[in-house]
Amino acid sequence: MVNNITNFSRSGLSDWVLQRVSAVILAVYSVFMVGYLLLHPNLDYTTWSGLFENTAMRVFSLMAFIAIAAHAWIGLWTVATDYMKPTALRLGFQIFVILALFIFLVWGVQVLWGA
Amino acid sequence: MPMTNPYNLPSRDWRDIRLGTVDGLRPRPFLKPPPLRACVRVGPRECVRAVNSKRPVNLDLTTIKFPLPALTSIAHRITGVILFVGLVFALWALDASLSSPQGFEAVRETLATNFLAKIVAWGLLSALGFHFVAGIKHLLMDMDIGVELESANRKAQVTVVISAVLVVLAGVWVW
Repeated sequence: MVNNITNFSRSGLSDWVLQRVSAVILAVYSVFMVGYLLLHPNLDYTTWSGLFENTAMRVFSLMAFIAIAAHAWIGLWTVATDYMKPTALRLGFQIFVILALFIFLVWGVQVLWGA
Repeated sequence: MPMTNPYNLPSRDWRDIRLGTVDGLRPRPFLKPPPLRACVRVGPRECVRAVNSKRPVNLDLTTIKFPLPALTSIAHRITGVILFVGLVFALWALDASLSSPQGFEAVRETLATNFLAKIVAWGLLSALGFHFVAGIKHLLMDMDIGVELESANRKAQVTVVISAVLVVLAGVWVW
């Protein structure tokens, strides 16, 4: 078994499982959000912010944001290791992705619980 | 002299590489052993290629005909990268729309009137649609559904058709 690569969990199998679990979470979240917006064509601020004041919705959203971070990291790691041959370029890209996803997560928590 | 395994491969494999027997070629011992040190440095894959250099490798993408499942697989990756980039727009819109009634109106106004915003929204919804459908296909294939050559082609076709419908619907929704 190849163990010496800087992937998410040092094991391809748990990456594989995580990628699919996060995919299912994101699929459900996407269907919910698109469905909600389609069912509320004349959405106003009160209804919209009311939805996100609901604790269940905040937890659901946070779960989706974490799933996005994990899913995007595994996916972009795969893409980077496949197409970026120079180590410096690949490493730089991966550091950028990690930082971007970290900022995204912090920002997402702030959107959900802040303001 | 005990032989260590410099290729980090199961021992049978690296011995076969040294003898040039990879891919079922007849054993053809080298008169001079291959430069092991160089092989260690460049790694096993390059070593295999170097040893079998009489076997041509075609990596010219312009001369390779991609079957449809290959194209949908590449598109799955491309839409994934697009969605990563699009995250910043989506979260920015969510942030603004939840910040205040004025922010909500600004986002609604922008999405209703700004052509560039419409293009971005349509592009992201389309990428999400394709990535979603191709992902469902992936999950089905993980469950051993449709992994034969015939059904793999069929499923790639279905992926393209359903995504095309979603792309059009997303366009209708945005405009």
